Formats: sequence, C-alpha cells, structure tokens
Amino acid sequence: MGGRSLRRLPLNLGMAVVGVLWLVPTVGLLVTSLRPRALFATSGWWQAITRPSQLTIENFRRIVEDDSFVTSLWNTVLITVPASVGVVLLSALAAYAFAWIEFKGRDSLFLLVVGLLVVPLQMALVPVARLYGDLRIFGSILGVVLFHIAFGLPFAIFLLRNVFASIPKDLPEAARLDGASELRIFARIMLPLGLPAIASLTIFQFLWVWNDLLVALVFAETSTAPITVAIQQQLRLFGGNIDIISAASFLSMLVPLTVFFAFQRYFTAGLLAGSVK
Amino acid sequence: MATGTTVGRRRGRRFGARPGVAALFLAPAVVILGALVVYPIFATVLASFQGPTGGRWVGLDNYQELITNPRTRRAIRNSVIWVAVVPATVTALGLVFAVLSERLSFSRAFRTAIFMPMAISLLAGGVIWRVVYEQSPDRGVLNAGIAAVRGVTHPPGPYAGSTPSQGMRPAGEGMSLEEPVVAGHAYQLGLVGLAPEQVPKDARAAAPGEPKADEVVGVVFRDFRPGGGGQRGQIDQDELGLPGMKVELRNPDGQVVKAVTTTDDGSFRIERVGDGTFTLVLGGASFRPPFEGVQWLGPTLITPAILVAYIWIWAGFAMMVLAAGLAALPREVLEAARVDGAGEWQTFRRVTVPLLAPEMGVVFITLVIYVLKVFDIVLVVAPETVQDDANVIALEMWQTAFGARNQGLGSAVAVLLFLLVLPVMVFNLRRFQGERS
Repeated sequence: MGGRSLRRLPLNLGMAVVGVLWLVPTVGLLVTSLRPRALFATSGWWQAITRPSQLTIENFRRIVEDDSFVTSLWNTVLITVPASVGVVLLSALAAYAFAWIEFKGRDSLFLLVVGLLVVPLQMALVPVARLYGDLRIFGSILGVVLFHIAFGLPFAIFLLRNVFASIPKDLPEAARLDGASELRIFARIMLPLGLPAIASLTIFQFLWVWNDLLVALVFAETSTAPITVAIQQQLRLFGGNIDIISAASFLSMLVPLTVFFAFQRYFTAGLLAGSVK
Repeated sequence: MATGTTVGRRRGRRFGARPGVAALFLAPAVVILGALVVYPIFATVLASFQGPTGGRWVGLDNYQELITNPRTRRAIRNSVIWVAVVPATVTALGLVFAVLSERLSFSRAFRTAIFMPMAISLLAGGVIWRVVYEQSPDRGVLNAGIAAVRGVTHPPGPYAGSTPSQGMRPAGEGMSLEEPVVAGHAYQLGLVGLAPEQVPKDARAAAPGEPKADEVVGVVFRDFRPGGGGQRGQIDQDELGLPGMKVELRNPDGQVVKAVTTTDDGSFRIERVGDGTFTLVLGGASFRPPFEGVQWLGPTLITPAILVAYIWIWAGFAMMVLAAGLAALPREVLEAARVDGAGEWQTFRRVTVPLLAPEMGVVFITLVIYVLKVFDIVLVVAPETVQDDANVIALEMWQTAFGARNQGLGSAVAVLLFLLVLPVMVFNLRRFQGERS
C-alpha cells in the first residue's frame, strides 16, 4: 500500500498544483474585491495573504448601499426567475404533446425544434429589436424574459420530450382509461417522473439567464439592466473602478456558485444532456 | 416523418387525446418560437440584403463589405483562430484531466476546482482574467509569477538605467568604450544617471590601478559628485567606483577574450593581454532593466490571452463529459489490455482514446458552436483600445448592428455565423432522423 501511494505521489502533487493554479484567478478576484481601491494601484492582491489587515468589506458595503447596483441585481432576479420558470413550464407542456399526443405533422414539427437547437441568437437580434419596438416592449424586462424563453425552448423541449417518451406507456394509458384528463396526466405522472431532468433543466436555464450579458445589452435599458450590464458599463475605467467592478462581479457570482455547489449533481447531469445544444 | 402513423397505431388513438388538446399544449411554445426565433431567421436573411435601417434593397453590398472591410475580415480571421485552437485544446486538456483525476485520492476536489469556472458568467470570468493579466508585476499575478522566475534566471542588473558620461556607445544590452584598447594602458569608464540607492554601500572612492606592460587596467566610476562640481570624463574627488560590474575584453572579431568584475573601488585588471587592439565592453547583465511585465492585454497578445481565459472556463466541461464516458467504459477491456502487458501510455493511446472517441466528438462539436458565438469574454477582457485587434464574428455582429447601427451589415454578419453552424444543424437533423428510423 505504501509503495503504491508513494508511486502516485508525483501525480498527486502535480495535479494538486494544477488544481490550485485553477483556483488562483478566482481567489485573486475575491481578494481584490476585499481590498481598498488605493492598494490595487500599488500592490498585488497576494500581499493580503501575509497582511490580512488589508482586508475590508468596505467595497461590498458601498455596493449594497448604491441604489443603481441594488436595482440591477434585483433586475437580474426579475429576469432570471420568470425566464427559468417560463422555459420549464412551456417546454414541459410542449414536450408532453410531442411525446404522448397524436396529431398531424407532429414529427415534422419536432424536427423543426431539433433544427432550432443550434441557431445562434445573433440571428434574431435585429428583427426582434424591431418587433419589440413595434410592440412597445423594447427596453422592458418582459422583452428580455421572452427572448430568453424563446432561445431556451428548443433544447428544453428536446430534452423533456426524450425524458417523457421514455416513461412506460402503461402509466398514461391506464390513467386515460380511468378517464383522467391530459392535463392531469401531465401534472400527476409526467412532471413527477421527469423531476430529475426538470431540475437539471431549471438549474441550467437559471445559470444561463443569470450569467447572460448579450441579450440584456441589446434589449434592456438603464432602468431594467441586470447586474452583468451594470458591471460591463464600469469596465471602461478598469483600474479606477476596480473596487466596484471586483465587488460587483463577485456578488454576481455568489448565486451561481451557490447553485453550483448545492446542486452539483444536477448541474453535471444537465451539462451532459446539454452537450448537443 | 413516416413513423408518425406507426407510432400512432402502437400508442392507440383509442385512448388518445383529441388533436385540439395537442394544440393547447403546444400553443405557447409554438407562438414564442415562431415569433422570436423562426420568423427572425427569415427576417435577418432579408435584412442582410437591405440598408443600415432596412427598407432599401442593396443586393449583395453587405456581403461584399463583409469580405472586404478590414474590420470584419479581422473578426473572421480571429474567429478562425478561435475555432482552430480552442475546441482541440479543451478536448485534449479535458481528456488528460479526466484520465489523471480518476487516480487521485482527492479526485472530487480536483474536479470541482476545474469545473467551478463553468458556473460563473463569462463576464465575471473576463473580469477575473483582466486582474490576472495586469501588466505591472506588482499587480498582475501572472507577471508577478514570471518576475519571480526571472529574478532567478535573469536578475535585474544593479546599474539599470545609467548612461555613459562620455566616449561609450551601446553594445547589445551593455556599452562599449569607443577608444581602442591596448595593453599597458589604463582606462576610465564613467557612468551617470544612477539613482543614489543604486550605488552599492561598499563602494569606495574610484581609483584606477597602474598597468604592467601586458595588462589592461581601468576603473568604472560614477561620474558625478553629490553636491555638484567636478568635471565630466575624469575622476574627481569623492566620485565612487562601481563594484560588481562585468567588464569584457573583446578582440576585433567581437569575441570575448577575457572577462573580469570590478572591485569595491570600481577598478579592474586584465592580465596577460596580447598584442593588438581590443574593445572594452561593460556587460549587459549589469544594465538589465527590471522586468516591466508582459503586455498581455496589448494588441499582439490579446487574442491568445483571451483564448487562455476561455480554455480555463471550458476545460471543466470537457473533463466532466469525458470523465462520465470514462466511468461508463467496460473495465474488463482496460484490465485486459493491462493483463496483455500494455503500459499506461499504450492503454491510454490504444484503448481509452478510441473508446472515448464519441464523447470527444460531442465535446469538440459543442465547443465549435460555443466558440463561434463567443462574445462576452472578448468584450470584457480586451480593453477598448485593443478591442478591434481581438474582434470576433459574434462581437462584430453586435458592434455593427447596435453600436454602429448598421442593421443591414450586422444581419449579414449574423447570417455568416448562421451558415457556419449550419453543418452542425444538418448533422443534428440527420442523427435524429437516423435514430427514428
């Protein structure tokens, strides 16, 4: 046993170094966000390791007292929650129809959904911006949410249809024989049985929308912009605003990181399923 | 498509819902997809043949602009670099991490560390790397690391920044005396422009030695008197010798004949010098400036710098997919290879890699699609002054359509992007139809 672990020592050591190196950039941002701005200009964040007295939560305090940042963080929530719930709900309904209801043109329609899987959203920005202008929802949270739902749907439908279709057919057929409505079968059989996949999908869509910059950059305006846009607009003065940028970036990372560590299993599963997107 | 009827018969219309119900289930998704994805695809194609704000038809003008404009050409060229480098690198790195981490005692912790960047936004990832890439070694951790290594291999010279007071010219990093050097003479090499703290504590008053017939002697000194006075080019009272300076005697071919180091009073003595004329050169290492930091975010290195940040984010994805594939491999096959005497490398090369080929293909294709659409991280990591040097197709689309407000050209860029992912779409459709039949 000793010989075996000794033989693996170089590998263990080398990989430990790689793992630590992988974390260094993120730790660097965290420590930067905990140091006063003046220190950023003159010394590296790693000096705080030997001088922990440099650390302060002042930057974070200023951010949470800054109304515009609080608003943008709130906007992120207002965009992310409906966009995630919306995608999951609408895709589950559609996936049920694709998997269990017979109708004309079903396969062609599903093939269309498969085709839409890889359409780059750049392909829709200009026409949707014009459409939103006509509908007077350009710059609104609703517009941002709808766009996220639209581009989340193809993959969500694809995934859930495959999940629902793999459910043994005796279950819905027995329910139908008992006179259960389609909506009841959907809610009582499909949703519970598809729950692990739905959880993965929700987490994935949540992170996708939470982390989005491009869609919000195009369709939101100052009062509806999420935190990613707020941070992006500070970048022009990178060194001068590093206290705000680093603290806000870290705040924006908190929720995804929490989700990641709390639901890592589902996150991984979603990622594996999502490899076709 | 033909399968619809068979599926219908098997599943049985008897228990089935009315088609109207299907419409109710599908309607919300279909309306949104139709209005915000399908219709825009056609509208964008049309807009790409129109002027900046739509309406006026311009034929192929936008596409001509696309392939002739230096801006868009650079964006396309950079995107080609991205596609050529990132998917292959990420797949290879993920494979190595997946295989090696399997044997670690802290496998879970390692994978979590590598995978973690996937959870954060490309914006935050970009900010993270901008801090890493700060140019000053006092601020950017990457340059600080390089500075630490260079401090050992190429330590900064003690006399960096000084200039000759007279009669010398630059020679590489060092400087050479213009006056030809022959044995039996003494030479004075004065330097100015030294900060007070650059003169070593143990430096003593400059004192040239007396040469023997076959010797070259001299003194390197600070040609400056604190408090003023003194004459340039000669050693005045209180002027200090500069110890520790490398002095080389070179022959007319430029080869180093002898090399010595100055003593505390700045003097040096080169013995047994032959006939002929030579050159005296003050060695470059003594003048080597301190490391200023690599300009990672400058115009030349910006794209590689962003590539590294992106690979850092995505390596975890590749590792996780390939680790899942690895875990699903039949153990007997790997064991059998080992029993047959195959080494680690052979097993990896001949068994593991071929068996994982499908997963590697998935990772590669996924990365190609994402890399073509890469946007945020370029916008964030590249400072405004070099953003054009780092430009990529997806960023150019946004810049053109919404920054420069040329929606026609922007649409053409979007169509180009669409055409590039089209093979993957066809592949998906084929594979899906293949599964059905």
